[in-house]
Amino acid sequence: MAKKPDLLPGTLDMLILHTLTRAPLHGYGIALQIKRLSDDVLTVEEGSLYPALQRLLLQGWVRAEWKMTETNRRARFYTLTAAGRKQLGIELSQFEQMIGAIGRVLRNAEEA
Amino acid sequence: MNAISRFIKRLAILFGRTRFRGELDEEMAFHREQAEREFVAGGMTPEAARYAAMRRFGNAVRVKERSHEVVGFKAETVAQDLRFAVRQLRRNPGFALTATLILALGIGASVAIFAFVDAALIKPLPYPDPARLVAVNESTELFPRNDLSYADYLDWKRVNTVFSSLDVYAANRFELNTPSGTEPVHGLRVSAGFLGTLGIHPMLGRDFREDEDAVGASPVVLLRYGVWQSRFGGRRDVVGQTVNLSGVAYTIVGVLPRDFEFAPRDIAEFWVPLQPTGGCETRRSCHNLDGVARLKGGVTVAAAMAEMKSIAAGLERKYPDSNRGNSASVIPLSDAIVGNIRPILLVLQGGAGLLLLIACVNVSSLMLVRAESRRREIAVRGALGASRVRLSRQFVTEAVTLVVAGSAMGLGLAYGGMKGLSGLMSKDWMDGMPFLRGLGLNPRVLIFAACLAVLAGILFSITPILHFRFSDMRDGLTEGGRGSAGTLWRRMGANLVVIELATALVLLAGAGLLGKSLYRLLHEDLGFRADHLATVNVHVPESVAPKPAQVLAFERALLERASAMPGVESAAAMDVLPVSCNCDTDWVRFVGRPYNGIHNEVNDRVVSVGLFRTLQVRLKSGRFFTEQDDANSPKVVLINEAFARKYFPGEDPIGKKMGDTDLTPASIRQIVGLVEDLKEAGLDQEQWPAEYEAFNQSPSSYYSLILRTSQNPGAVLPALAPMIHGVNPNLSVDWQRTMEDRIDDSEAANIHRSAAYLFGGFAVLALVLGVVGLYGVIAFSVGRRTREIGVRMALGAQRSSVYRLVLKEAGRLIAVGVVLGLAGSVGAAMLMRKLLFGVQAWDAWTLIGVAVVLAISALMASYFPARQAASVDPAEALRAE
Repeated sequence: MAKKPDLLPGTLDMLILHTLTRAPLHGYGIALQIKRLSDDVLTVEEGSLYPALQRLLLQGWVRAEWKMTETNRRARFYTLTAAGRKQLGIELSQFEQMIGAIGRVLRNAEEA
Repeated sequence: MNAISRFIKRLAILFGRTRFRGELDEEMAFHREQAEREFVAGGMTPEAARYAAMRRFGNAVRVKERSHEVVGFKAETVAQDLRFAVRQLRRNPGFALTATLILALGIGASVAIFAFVDAALIKPLPYPDPARLVAVNESTELFPRNDLSYADYLDWKRVNTVFSSLDVYAANRFELNTPSGTEPVHGLRVSAGFLGTLGIHPMLGRDFREDEDAVGASPVVLLRYGVWQSRFGGRRDVVGQTVNLSGVAYTIVGVLPRDFEFAPRDIAEFWVPLQPTGGCETRRSCHNLDGVARLKGGVTVAAAMAEMKSIAAGLERKYPDSNRGNSASVIPLSDAIVGNIRPILLVLQGGAGLLLLIACVNVSSLMLVRAESRRREIAVRGALGASRVRLSRQFVTEAVTLVVAGSAMGLGLAYGGMKGLSGLMSKDWMDGMPFLRGLGLNPRVLIFAACLAVLAGILFSITPILHFRFSDMRDGLTEGGRGSAGTLWRRMGANLVVIELATALVLLAGAGLLGKSLYRLLHEDLGFRADHLATVNVHVPESVAPKPAQVLAFERALLERASAMPGVESAAAMDVLPVSCNCDTDWVRFVGRPYNGIHNEVNDRVVSVGLFRTLQVRLKSGRFFTEQDDANSPKVVLINEAFARKYFPGEDPIGKKMGDTDLTPASIRQIVGLVEDLKEAGLDQEQWPAEYEAFNQSPSSYYSLILRTSQNPGAVLPALAPMIHGVNPNLSVDWQRTMEDRIDDSEAANIHRSAAYLFGGFAVLALVLGVVGLYGVIAFSVGRRTREIGVRMALGAQRSSVYRLVLKEAGRLIAVGVVLGLAGSVGAAMLMRKLLFGVQAWDAWTLIGVAVVLAISALMASYFPARQAASVDPAEALRAE
């Protein structure tokens, strides 16, 4: 585990919201999706995932409902709400600003 | 929307807690299953997959707790902590009960005393703008606050520029004619603007008019609320009616408010304007008034005092005869009212504070012991993922639980204590302190209690937290667990116990000194035998006996009847009873000696022929009065030894003559006898020169009868009023008491007794707590050193050397505590000098005595753990671990 980079602080919420833009997912599905989309680089620790989901629920950015999986197991599926979509937009633009800024700093440092 | 909807969601989760947990559990189980499946698919055996999934998932409890923290209220975890705290305390009821009780004692004592301090010292006088009210008096060398004379009062009032108003009052008594006969009632004569100065308006009717205190104005009276209720049925139409007081018809003009109080003379029920008619108020040299003034805005007490002193100095130059040595005194009215009980209250508050300190230290060290024994529990909780904050909060919660329980119980104790203390004080004494009627758990007292509770809570929270901060938590998990923390605790606990012992010693020394003062006071040489004496106050109203000869006839008749009562050996009369005050003084001048106008102030008493025999006062030289010393024979006086010492040093006073400051022929009297010093002053006051005049030559219409009885003097008391009314039903009678009760109830005795008893109580509690604290420390240390002791004994140490080992540790603590305590005691005793009587702050015997008491009790407390240590079985101690 130690060899893999940690998530940037504050990005977990954004990642969760993003994975939910396509379809509702359950907790395990979210973790799996993030792992897959990042080519196994990012691992969401379950210890952070569930508290984060509760936080998103509380903010009203996601909605949860119990549904059946393909394997006929009961699981809690999370759906992005309108407020969540808006929040994702805000977070993405903030993130891009940040990345852009970091990139500029690094480029300038190389030139100097 | 957010805040509100979040709140509602949280609320929903809070109420559906079980469901929330269930859903979270299910969700996480599902997650684990999926992971497991994935691992199996990756080629693991099912068993290995399950463990891998569990490992990856991490601490499930922690995850749940964190999820819960996200959605839960802060209060919810607090409630958890609280439940845990209560469970912890219930599991260990001995600790909980002891700690709560100790804390309750400490808080209760402090709060109870504070209630008195609040009632007497903090709560201002019950008048508007009380800080501007001052007591105004004359002052002489002997009396720092002397009564005002009426003529001086008029001049002061006219000339001063510092007071917006200056008024005077004088105590008075009336005979009230009731259907059941004449009853003495208390009155107050006040100048017309008096209530205005206090800022009080009658609740019914009107105040006195400006001119109603002039000679010849028609007599009017204001009623106190109590007497209006009890004697006039609270009828509103009493205003305008008349009431007969001492034979004069007074028109009732109003009723004073219900909660009105006037501490200097609160028993006064009938308030009348002060008309300067009495003989005293026509003479500038006669002092019978007290002044109350309201300062003008911006004038300080000191400035007022300075101006009044200069006015008094002017009058002294203008009237050298009457005003020689008369200066002025202006002090805050509150000082005048509570000045005498302030020292005792402050000392008691100090004592209660020290007791609280000991209690807190004691509870702190209990908490340390407990924290130490919970070291493993804490370590386990920490290892299972409890954060440091959460662990610390657990201690805080436990401390708060303890403090809340202790404070609640403490408030109960305080309430009981207050009632008990008020009950202990004699009624007469309480009557003089109407401000104590408001005693109770008022908001100020409750705030004080809350402050104490908060401080205690902080202390008890910090102690265990600090303890664990300084020690590595992981130590707790190792079995031995005896390393640095043990010594650290020992050091901290030991320091705490030294504080306890030192403080206990300070309290013990204070109690010892106050106790000794009380003993000295009550065993003060009175100069007469106070046992088997019954006394009663008699007033012969002017309406009954307008002439001195008639007053005298009543006295003779009363003494004759009194002596004939069964069980009475002899009876006598005296105008002011012994052990009252240095008061009712006279200025004397000696015939044949140069006189420079100085006021030779001496106590002046009028006594019947048999007084000294009845009191059993010895004659030093000359003779007692006889029946031949009467109105027709030359005036004679007796003097006491203090008089002879001061005015006739090395001379024989018998046969010398004296008179008033002008040596008026009618005042000249010859000294015929010298009697031993008889205590006229209050118990804690010094002996003054006194002269005794013969009742037969200068009859007084106010006096006390003194009866020496062969049996219990209390048995005679009920028969006194019927006996006196048998002589004339219009004589007023009150204050039937035995002499010993009077002395016991005197202010000096009351103050010293309450100080000594309360402080004694504090000291005993402090001693017990201190000694228990020491026991705890030693026992704990022995417990921790069992193995070491076992090793020592296995290596051949004798039991006696084990005893020595333990007792040496205790001895060191005790010695340090005693030395610190002795230093503190002398300091504390210096602070309470005012309450000491006949004993010095550094009274060696008291200090040595209390140090020995403390040391012996403390050594005894350490003996038990020492014995336990010495009876350690080496084999068992070594095998135990």
